[in-house]
Amino acid sequence: MVISHLIKKQTYFDSVTLMLIGSQVKKLAGIDSTVVGMCTDYNIDSLKRLDMYQSSFDGLTPNDLIICIKAADKQTADAGIAEVEKRLASRKQASGSAELPPSSQEEAASRLPEANMVVISVPGEYAAREAEQALNNGRHVMLFSDNVSIEEELRLKTLGASKELLVMGPDCGTAIINGTPLAFANAVRSGDIGVVAASGTGLQEVTSTIHRLGCGITQAIGVGGRDLSEKIGGKMTLLATRALAEDPATKVIVMLSKPPAESVLKTLYAELKNIDKKIVIYFIGADPKAIEAQGFIAASNLEDAAIKACDLSTGKKHNSEMSEEQIKEAASDSKMTGKHLRGLYSGGTLCDEAQRLLQPVIGEISSNTPVKGCKEMPDVYKSSGHCIIDLGDDNFTRGKAHPMIDPAYRSERMLQEIADPETGLIIFDVVLGYGSHLDMAGEMVAAVEEGRKKSGRNPLLAACICGTREDPQNYAQQQKILEDAGIKVFPTNVAMVSFARHCLERNK
Amino acid sequence: MLKDFFGKKVKVINLGIASFAEDLRKQGVETVHTDWRPPAGGNKKIQALLDKVASWQSKVKSAKGAR
Repeated sequence: MVISHLIKKQTYFDSVTLMLIGSQVKKLAGIDSTVVGMCTDYNIDSLKRLDMYQSSFDGLTPNDLIICIKAADKQTADAGIAEVEKRLASRKQASGSAELPPSSQEEAASRLPEANMVVISVPGEYAAREAEQALNNGRHVMLFSDNVSIEEELRLKTLGASKELLVMGPDCGTAIINGTPLAFANAVRSGDIGVVAASGTGLQEVTSTIHRLGCGITQAIGVGGRDLSEKIGGKMTLLATRALAEDPATKVIVMLSKPPAESVLKTLYAELKNIDKKIVIYFIGADPKAIEAQGFIAASNLEDAAIKACDLSTGKKHNSEMSEEQIKEAASDSKMTGKHLRGLYSGGTLCDEAQRLLQPVIGEISSNTPVKGCKEMPDVYKSSGHCIIDLGDDNFTRGKAHPMIDPAYRSERMLQEIADPETGLIIFDVVLGYGSHLDMAGEMVAAVEEGRKKSGRNPLLAACICGTREDPQNYAQQQKILEDAGIKVFPTNVAMVSFARHCLERNK
Repeated sequence: MLKDFFGKKVKVINLGIASFAEDLRKQGVETVHTDWRPPAGGNKKIQALLDKVASWQSKVKSAKGAR
């Protein structure tokens, strides 16, 4: 193997752009490994781990870009570097305008003084100072960055709450504010349902389902997964809920979260009881009866939360897009060639939901993110028995783009699961919307076909599409791509999981 | 008040992932993308000093304003 490298000092690209290009170039013939990134501690460690580090890299800083390629021969490695450069140049051109872009938040603000929202996706160690600057200048914040400490989160949310400014995040992947989808969000019509969510794909699944059922939303406010923890005290959930309560356009409020800390729950319930609007609550994994006992409407899953919100919005009864009979019918000719289920999720909350719905029915399930009653996988890279995996979890995304953007690892894993004689059924999600891959169905089908060809195996496959027909990916086309490859397609995760349950029961 | 923000046009400053700004522009949202890079060349010590200076300047500014 030969290693070639190129260093570009004082050249900065965002991590998603670099990770995607690195992953695409790695697919080229003869290339073994690629590290395309800023010289952060993580990327330097990766170079060392892959035996690609050289002493000449000493002293490089996070402002320097490194392109390092290990390949079968020098010509291939050099060609790989040239390909990375070409793709970077076209990225610059695509985003370029006649005017040089501002290099700081301050300079950006001088170009758009009326900006009211700052979307921050810089590395976590720098995110809090940018967020603080935005808040101090009276702007709302969407904090997509992760690796922001809970102490910093508390400080930012205390500041935000004192100024009545949103701090959505950290690690907030999605929001729809005043009709504008931010980061990963779907094209959802305006309506009278307001959503406050501490769950990214939960928010996407609920808002998309609301749209497909014919209703719409006022706001979908992401608050970050730790907002209802004891330390943060629900600061943003409370601020957002109060504002939705006073918003004349909002008729129904939906709240999605893991069960809040006990002390926060008391405050939250006390606050919600003063609101003269219908409130649907889905505390994932909590007992719905306890919520109903407080006088609120409890949902039993994400689809149910959307249906209940639509019922309240219109005063008419809504049903699941696919009836239980239709799902049963879809499973009636299912024949599993292996005994076990494998779930390959890009959405964390959807993975969580699948485990909760299936565990009481099929018993032992392993996961890298196990819910109560499920087991921790001893090796997240090798499935055994029934496994439901969140491929967007940190284990799989360190130094790589999220599987909603980059299908590389999920495709690899698809091949592995198809080849495993234990596998009888594979379920997976296709999340559409802004920010997501433009043809995830096509990528998954390519992996499925390769897996079938290489292994000669053909396990059952089912997918759910989280999205709307107005999303940039073309919902109908994505559905057709999957169906043409013999994959059963469902409108919600709940419907797909119900299909899986019927298949497993029939093939016991 | 947060409720007063509801219904207003969202105008965005984007720091970090460039595709977020591209998606917003495609939807007609007024957006300025920043060619962000780690402050002080990624040198944490210098960054901490710059933050101290900025905080001191802001205190001076507000003290002058209070007079």
